[in-house]
Amino acid sequence: MYEHDVIVVGAGGAGLRAAIAANEAGADVAMVTKLHPVRSHTGAAEGGINAALQEGDDWELHAYDTMKGSDYLGDAPAVETLAQNAPEETINLEHWGMPFSREEDGTVSQRPFGGLSYPRTTYAGAETGHHLLHTMYEQVVKRGIQVYDEWYVMDLATTDEDDPNDRECHGVVAYDVQSGNIEGFKANNGVVLATGGPGQAFDHTTNAVSCTGDGHAMAYRAGAPLEDMEFIQFHPTSLPSTGVLISEGVRGEGGILYNSEGERFMFEYGYANNSGELASRDVVARAELTEVDEGRGVDDEYVHLDMRHLGEERIMDRLENILHLAEDFEGVDGLVEPMPVKPGQHYAMGGIEVDENGQTCVDGLYAAGECACVSVHGGNRLGGNALPELIVFGKRAGQHAAGEDLGEPEIRTGYGDDVEDETDTELPVAPGKAGLETSGSVAADGGVAADAEGVLQRKVETARERVDTLMDKEDGVQHAEIRAKLQKAMTDYVNVFRTEEGVKKALEIIRECREEYQDVYVDDPSRTFNTDLQQTIETRNLIDVAETIALGALVRDEFRGAHWRKEHQERKDEEWLKHTLISWDDGEPSIFYRPVILEGENKTYEPKERSY
Amino acid sequence: MSTQQAEPESQEAPEDPAMKGAESPAADEQNGGGMVDEHAEKAAELEGETVHIKVFRYDPEVEGKQEPRFDDFHVPFEKGMTVLDSVMYARDEYDSSLTFRHSCRQAVCGSDAFFVNGKQRLGCKTQISDLEQPVRIEPLPHQEVVKDLVVDMDHFYDQMHTVEPYFQDEDTPPVDDLEEQRQSPENREKIKMSSRCIWCGACMSSCNIAAGDNEYLGPAAINKAYKFAMDDREGEEIKEHRLRILEQEHGVWRCQTQFSCTEVCPKDIPLTEHIQELKREAVKKNLKFW
Repeated sequence: MYEHDVIVVGAGGAGLRAAIAANEAGADVAMVTKLHPVRSHTGAAEGGINAALQEGDDWELHAYDTMKGSDYLGDAPAVETLAQNAPEETINLEHWGMPFSREEDGTVSQRPFGGLSYPRTTYAGAETGHHLLHTMYEQVVKRGIQVYDEWYVMDLATTDEDDPNDRECHGVVAYDVQSGNIEGFKANNGVVLATGGPGQAFDHTTNAVSCTGDGHAMAYRAGAPLEDMEFIQFHPTSLPSTGVLISEGVRGEGGILYNSEGERFMFEYGYANNSGELASRDVVARAELTEVDEGRGVDDEYVHLDMRHLGEERIMDRLENILHLAEDFEGVDGLVEPMPVKPGQHYAMGGIEVDENGQTCVDGLYAAGECACVSVHGGNRLGGNALPELIVFGKRAGQHAAGEDLGEPEIRTGYGDDVEDETDTELPVAPGKAGLETSGSVAADGGVAADAEGVLQRKVETARERVDTLMDKEDGVQHAEIRAKLQKAMTDYVNVFRTEEGVKKALEIIRECREEYQDVYVDDPSRTFNTDLQQTIETRNLIDVAETIALGALVRDEFRGAHWRKEHQERKDEEWLKHTLISWDDGEPSIFYRPVILEGENKTYEPKERSY
Repeated sequence: MSTQQAEPESQEAPEDPAMKGAESPAADEQNGGGMVDEHAEKAAELEGETVHIKVFRYDPEVEGKQEPRFDDFHVPFEKGMTVLDSVMYARDEYDSSLTFRHSCRQAVCGSDAFFVNGKQRLGCKTQISDLEQPVRIEPLPHQEVVKDLVVDMDHFYDQMHTVEPYFQDEDTPPVDDLEEQRQSPENREKIKMSSRCIWCGACMSSCNIAAGDNEYLGPAAINKAYKFAMDDREGEEIKEHRLRILEQEHGVWRCQTQFSCTEVCPKDIPLTEHIQELKREAVKKNLKFW
């Protein structure tokens, strides 16, 4: 058994920032990550970091843009915390040596991004995430923070009181990918989940193959609700063949979208008469698919993004890596041809429900970054707002887990007297249990308050048994088959455009995947670097997460942000200014709602029509 | 059970006669000698063009894989297919024990550097149509093989850590929390290429000197040090400290300018040039040649 004050799971932007903050607060912190830190998906973020740094801009404008972008589903205390802390945190990265792009006077450059009223996106070429990740990993090395790389966290060691609000998290159970050993990691102060997005629930995604929603699923099964999971961002510009991301920076610098008729459709068909290509991401993604659906797509599949007119010098200065991506992955020279692009799953606005200090309703369990929902992004995340979220809330989670007092949070978590129960949605399949008790998250100690080590030890034993069962089974179904089926269902039915019938169909297929998973087995007999085993465990996590996305999409019968419903073409503020929460209630998903907080520090954000 | 659809032909490891006749466990389960015929039949069932890949296999724990061998897979070709796509297909459709690292699929995570047709390349950014068939896919040379295409990266990480790979600004502390350090666009441009390193290890694996001298810092670590040493935001004193680390016995002077690191770098970093520049800097600073 390993023991530390704070255990950070995942070593991307949020995890690294949390670990550094916990270390600075004096805690003995360790990171446990299934990849090596520099391999984390934060490295693929291209656009930049929104922060009100310049005169003429201020945090209140940033907060306003973010609330509007969220379609009024962001919680004001979280949004304002983000906007207030982003400048200091961004400059802090500069102090750590991050190679930001520079103006002639040596100050960091900022550029326009979609949905922003001021050009406040600070960037490092078109590889901001790469530099952010490496700069923070350098600081982890400098501080000598312990990193357990290529250790896959399988489960949380949480007590099993009936009410999740009474539960406590004492650590994690992880599996050493290189040797196959399963060990417990005891956390004396807290566990911070920073496991990233669940993009692999879809088959066309900009997300890495490692983005399997592990943190989401583990927290969910430990009793922390998942919030606003229906809000999935589809990025308007991903390469059609692979899903590789083409940064919004291209449009920020003046790139133009054309349909097959050569029309600048964002203006031609009135999708966004003011902002055009720089409208919010949900607006642009729907516009592109509408063009394709109406027969004006290229090869019936995609549209063109043209940056040739920007000139070679500017492209090389600010968007050079886009040229490489288009060339390497699509065989297109962006200097002489327009690039093919289509919407791809990109980001989960929802996630593990946390307060401004990163804490879930389970004592000692924190989450930060894309796996968490504070909520700052609400129904739609603005480009350039994911990276400040990582550093602002990663830091707070790390500090709080290390025992620093950050004040009482305004955002509440867990089931309580301020929530409203879901009553009237008809589900296509009973969301009942489907076996899998062996891998349930709650310790089987009959409610006896056990000591931390006892809880952890039992969880380690359960995990070992689970792996032995998967490895000993000689025949059955392989995870790859189930994963492919799940991904296809999500892309077919819970994509940019959603219908009630389609989402119900998706839920039926997800339920089938759950049943089929009962018969899953691992064909590779080796304990050494068994990726078959790892992916089999990940696939179960994807099933849980996909189910919450589809359930959220079904119950929210309105059109808000990235969530478009064919039968409900309007935002229903009277009914839906509230968060969807889904909790794993004794193995079954149960749904409830909590009102959104629109009251900020100096003002109340009144919902307005969102036009661009 | 998807492994029944089409099978690796197994064996055919051409270099080592001892490997001849080695059967893959999958082949044993099937009908042994009938493998080649069955495979031809299965390959014929795949409509359209296929790609023939030969993948290095080794697992210290599994009896049939303890002797290294190559397995053959025939994968349906699609336009835009990369080397990574081909091995992923082989794993997901034919043999789930086929093991390799990969994550982002877009050349930034640096985890899928393989030795492809005799050259270190990132699987995800190598179009399979650009390669001669059969495409030979092996783990990075000069590194210990953990299993199949997975190599032990610990030594690589250790060397990266040796050069103190973090910004040190003791000479120029920022005035307050919102006061940034100034850096000219020219200086940023100067360090730009060095800052693109994704730690894939291709350069280290291609370097003959690193292969013979385990203590040699190697091109990646030296390039990492270059990024800081050339950054004007760090003071003169720390620059000198960095050069002292670099000009030690197993540092920059070991480089024999063979350019293999520069040739294989998937991010086009002029590694050899950076190493030479650091040698010149060390001379300029009158540092002692070890």
